[in-house]
Amino acid sequence: MEERRKKLNLNRVPMPKQPPETRRLNFEEVALGYTDDLARLEAERCLECKKPTCVRGCPVMVDIPDFIGEIKKGNPEGALKIIKNKNSLPGICGRVCPQELQCEKQCILAKKGAPVAIGRLERYVADWELHNGRRSIPEIAPSSGRRVAVVGSGPAGLTCAADLARMGHSVTIFEALHVAGGVLVYGIPEFRLPKRIVQAEVAYVASLGVEIRLDAIVGRTVQVDELLSDGYDAVFLGIGAGAPIFLDVPGKNLNGIYSANEFLTRINLMKAYLFPEYDTPIKVGRRVAVIGGGNVAMDASRCAVRMGAQEVFVVYRRSEKEMPARHEEIENAQEEGVIFKVLTTPVRFIGDEHGWVRAMECVQMELGDPDESGRRRPVPKPGSEFILEVDTVIMSLGNSPNPLVPQNTPGLETTRWGTIVADENGRTSKRGVWAGGDIVTGAATVISAMGAGKRAALDIDAYLKAL
Amino acid sequence: MFKIVDKKTLSPSTKLVVVRAPHVAKRARPGQFVMIQIDESGERIPLTIADFDRRAGTVTMIFQEVGKTTMHLGTLRPGDELFAVAGPLGHPSEIALYGKVLCIGGGVGIAPIFPIARALKEAGNTVLSIIGARTKDLLFWEDRMASVSDELIICTDDGSYGRKAVVTQPLQEILMKEASNIARIWAIGPAVMMKFVCKATEPYGIPTIVSLNTIMVDGTGMCGSCRVDLKGETKFVCVDGPEFDGHLVNWENLLMRLCIYREEEQLALNRWLETTQGVIAAGGKA
Ligand SMILES: Cc1cc2nc3c(=O)[nH]c(=O)nc-3n(C[C@H](O)[C@H](O)[C@H](O)COP(=O)(O)OP(=O)(O)OC[C@H]3O[C@@H](n4cnc5c(N)ncnc54)[C@H](O)[C@@H]3O)c2cc1C
Ligand SMILES: Cc1cc2nc3c(=O)[nH]c(=O)nc-3n(C[C@H](O)[C@H](O)[C@H](O)COP(=O)(O)OP(=O)(O)OC[C@H]3O[C@@H](n4cnc5c(N)ncnc54)[C@H](O)[C@@H]3O)c2cc1C
Ligand code: SF4
Ligand code: SF4
Ligand code: FES
Repeated sequence: MEERRKKLNLNRVPMPKQPPETRRLNFEEVALGYTDDLARLEAERCLECKKPTCVRGCPVMVDIPDFIGEIKKGNPEGALKIIKNKNSLPGICGRVCPQELQCEKQCILAKKGAPVAIGRLERYVADWELHNGRRSIPEIAPSSGRRVAVVGSGPAGLTCAADLARMGHSVTIFEALHVAGGVLVYGIPEFRLPKRIVQAEVAYVASLGVEIRLDAIVGRTVQVDELLSDGYDAVFLGIGAGAPIFLDVPGKNLNGIYSANEFLTRINLMKAYLFPEYDTPIKVGRRVAVIGGGNVAMDASRCAVRMGAQEVFVVYRRSEKEMPARHEEIENAQEEGVIFKVLTTPVRFIGDEHGWVRAMECVQMELGDPDESGRRRPVPKPGSEFILEVDTVIMSLGNSPNPLVPQNTPGLETTRWGTIVADENGRTSKRGVWAGGDIVTGAATVISAMGAGKRAALDIDAYLKAL
Repeated sequence: MFKIVDKKTLSPSTKLVVVRAPHVAKRARPGQFVMIQIDESGERIPLTIADFDRRAGTVTMIFQEVGKTTMHLGTLRPGDELFAVAGPLGHPSEIALYGKVLCIGGGVGIAPIFPIARALKEAGNTVLSIIGARTKDLLFWEDRMASVSDELIICTDDGSYGRKAVVTQPLQEILMKEASNIARIWAIGPAVMMKFVCKATEPYGIPTIVSLNTIMVDGTGMCGSCRVDLKGETKFVCVDGPEFDGHLVNWENLLMRLCIYREEEQLALNRWLETTQGVIAAGGKA
């Protein structure tokens, strides 16, 4: 026992990062990834457990000890094959999965010290492929003669499409925007997830024979019922939870007040940070307030820093402990100079004579009894109102489901929050129609959306075989 | 990519393009619009579907050259391609048999009012129309409007053609004469025009439908850039509109929000003019 413990290395190999003072000024990736040597060093820490608990923490059950074993042997290509068996988007998951709540949380080493950096190793393997050219062309089953329409090209749709294509079905993705990738391209910023990575993963899905039809808005350009009658045997809805929520207080429509979706879409999808080389403008003032405390708020605040704002505040109504954002992202934001104003909420926005926001009146909060979510409910402290001068506000209060598809699809049951009702395999109330990802769960994670896409693909496959 | 199959100049700053986009043409109905993007670094802008041909798989857009994107579009020629055309977006106009209706088109708003007037006429309504522009050169589609209207009034601000008036003047006269006969009014044009039309019709309580031209990004309900205030309720023009009951619209907020990017728009335009002037002068395309 003593022997064994000595061998355990309880500290993970740090990953090089751009220093805060440099990265505040650019949109390049913050975390630089492991080199071959660093990756092998970190891989050495893994015990390759016989009954690996880490795998249970991964929503798509990547064979973690096996792929890490290949890294130890200096065989990233082998590692890649193992990962791709379960996860067609490792370059993305390695970067944005909340590993500390998933695979790494369940790692046996977490009991004693730092868990194996599974996400970083996964990223290392995916990056290896990006540098060395596509290696793993998976087996594709013979054509089944069946056709499936996948609506939305976010992680749920891409995964479902990739799996179905490998099972031999002919798949078409319908995407409303001019680029595939969903939140991965319009939401998550370049400095956290470079768009070339997303493009490479999308190209991989296309290489499996999946047709991607852009600029096609289901519910407008084409209806679900038309897809079903026009020769598609099944439809998967992976349309995300894309409609922004605005704080309903006076002044919410003043100039300079954005939803996080608009702010991030202008910057990431339309590349407003490269204006005027790119045509889409954005206006970021000197003092920016981001309302909210999730990953989206961290992304928005860090974008605002990079757009040249002098002071960026994250205004959150509970305390830092309750913030839903990943710890790593909160830390990154703080390193970049973002100021956290917790236990604070705006009660009104104040504009100037031209209709531009100039300040917001806030009230301080204290935590009362727990609410339905189990978190302590914030309640305003009477008389604690104060004015915060700001010239840009980004509301990052979460998203609600976009009603375009549900409204135009008779027989598709939704909840009172507008999410689509589906069982654990993604089956909806409508025959031949599956759904998964944020449109079913409400805003969640990339990997859970992928898991939903995978389960639906399996179920759709079974359904098609029985037809 | 979406090929431009035809292009016309309707006035010095108003142009028409016909684009092959069968997926849009198939479902397009009056009142709907498309989001277009000229090239990968371009902006996504909304343009109303002024006409469509399902068999040919084409849609027609008419636009006024007001800034970088529309001017760039104006330099394109048949055979050129657009990077993205998405649609049809928004709710179609509510066409029904109302009785006597009034259609008002101002400036480039004549383009979107035409298919609505035509559909209203086809539905059996008596269609009264007013079209107006700053000056004669900016007027177009008089013949088309005449062909679907029982009566057509034309005015220009400077009197260079038709009546010397802004559209609200003949509107006031009609309202005074026969407000109770008018079942419904459509007004499409610059926001200021729509605002004053609504002010004029409000006392008579005639439902007045306007098509709002807010700033958009995605056009699918995802960003909220296009939000408008309707008597305290926030709506998204791209998915809830673009047509709304004009009497509910908070025009001050709408007009203010149209100015958000004034400086950036000017910068983009100047930059574009600088880089293209030589080329255009030499007869080439941008
Ligand atoms: C800013 C931001 C940061 C985030 N950071 C993280 C993170 O670090 N880690 C993490 O795990 N998760 C993160 N998330 C959450 C994660 O991105 C989502 O949970 C995930 O993308 C959901 O995937 P999806 O496939 O269900 O939907 P989406 O990614 O939303 O994709 C839906 C796609 O469907 C398209 N679509 C919608 N309606 C239609 C229609 N009618 N017709 C055709 N196409 C349509 C959309 O354009 C979009 O491309 C973040 C989210 C945001 C917004
Ligand atoms: C539903 C809808 C339908 C429209 N239909 C037509 C039409 O049929 N013909 C036509 O000529 N115009 C139409 N417009 C207006 C048209 O979109 C703008 O004129 C165009 O975006 C201007 O772009 P620009 O780069 O040339 O000019 P810019 O210099 O960028 O802007 C000039 C003005 O156009 C408006 N504008 C700027 N960017 C956008 C944007 N992304 N979205 C919307 N408006 C913007 C602003 O008010 C701005 O002050 C429509 C707008 C909407 C919302
Ligand atoms: S996909 Fe995500 S949760 Fe699964 S192993 Fe990779 S990083 Fe961990
Ligand atoms: S639990 Fe930790 S140590 Fe064990 S196999 Fe998984 S990653 Fe390796
Ligand atoms: S344009 Fe983005 S929501 Fe309407």
